[in-house]
This record gives sequence, C-alpha cells and structure tokens, in this order.
Amino acid sequence: MVTLLYFASLRERLDCAREEVALPPGTPTVGAVVDSLRARDGRWSEAFAPGRAWRVAVNQRMADLATPLKPGDEVAFFPPVTGG
Amino acid sequence: MAHVRVQEGPFDAGREIAALTEGRRDVGAVATFVGMVRDLNEGARVTRMSLEHYPGMTERALEEICAQAQARWDLLDMRVVHRVGPLEPGDAIVLVAVSSAHRGEAFAACEFIMDYLKTRAPFWKKELTPEGERWVEARSSDEEAASRWSGGKGG
Repeated sequence: MVTLLYFASLRERLDCAREEVALPPGTPTVGAVVDSLRARDGRWSEAFAPGRAWRVAVNQRMADLATPLKPGDEVAFFPPVTGG
Repeated sequence: MAHVRVQEGPFDAGREIAALTEGRRDVGAVATFVGMVRDLNEGARVTRMSLEHYPGMTERALEEICAQAQARWDLLDMRVVHRVGPLEPGDAIVLVAVSSAHRGEAFAACEFIMDYLKTRAPFWKKELTPEGERWVEARSSDEEAASRWSGGKGG
C-alpha cells in the first residue's frame, strides 16, 4: 500500500484529501498510480489529464512520473505552488 | 544553521533580525524581505486570504532552499518564517532574513531564497474576492525569476 495525499484545488476538485491504495503490479512508478487514478471516472481523468498543471512529491520530495514507488511511500499531488 | 518556521500567528520582524545578530560581532550585513498581503490581485479586490501548506514537506523544502543558498554564498545565518491559515490585506505573510559579513552576499541570497520559495515550497493561496473564492494561479514570471539562478554562481 501507498498513501496518496491531495492538496489545495486538486483536493477540492477530487473531494479527497488522503487515501491508501494498493501498489500497481510489476515495477510500480508514480506514472502507474496516475494511470489507475485516471481510470476511475471523469472527474479523476480530467484532473490528471495530460497537459493539466499538477505536481507530485514522493516522501516529501519533488518527483515525476518515472519515480519508482515502494510499499509505505507517501505520494502527494498538488497544483503549482503559490506561496510567498 | 538556517532557522525555518511555519506558523499561523504573526511574526515580529525585529525579533527575527535580532536573533541573527545577538551575541555576535562578525555580522556586517543583514538583508531582509517581508512579503505582504495586498488588497488587489489580478484586477480583483481581495478581502481575505487563506494559505494552505503541506506540513513536513514545507519545512524540508525551505531547509533545502536555505542549504542551496549557503552553498552558493558566504553566509553567516538565515531565517525564513512563513504564515499559513487566514490572512487579511496588510498582513505580513513571509519573512526572509540573511546575515553575512558583506552586503552583496546577503542581498543576493535573500532574493534567491524568495525566488525559490515562490516556485518550490508547497504553499497555496486562496483569495476571497467580491465574486467569491478562488485559488491563486501560479505565475510564469515567478518561474522565470527562479530560473535566473540556474547556471552560473551568484546570478
């Protein structure tokens, strides 16, 4: 299992702040998890559509679709940051 | 080394600066930046704002940005304080303070830390305007400001 976190506009759009999901089989990556999220329904496929601006962090470090995952990882999805 | 802090309440810029200089005689310069909440953004009146962040990653990202600044310039110390939660126009939202022996390093590092904070630290602003709530969109000008620092040392 891995923990998925969603922040800011992405959390509101998906109506989900946190969930636990099973790791995809094979050599799991962020990309494989995103594929499984896109397959859920229209709201999820639209939020993660190619070209949409979102970022991902694994264990609190910036990551990308190719980043490998292991059980217990924390994967966070969020829009581009706007602090300062 | 660097002191970073995320908090809901206000901060006292004078105390943060004093913390950089107390008990030392090697500080020749302290450069500070304070970011404020404005009442106008993208053509709309802003009456309130709320800031969300990613607890844990935020502190780690700020510490890494400070470590990068330390690696680029000869700095004595630095402090970053960022507020989260509800804020109003006129409130101070972020403080960056950098101390060094000479002003050049302190000025440059202060600007570098802010540019990287704006594009790499996981904070998100939501504004309340007369038309309702809206999430603030990231600006390409912030990415361009941060990209100035890649490549050569010192910018």
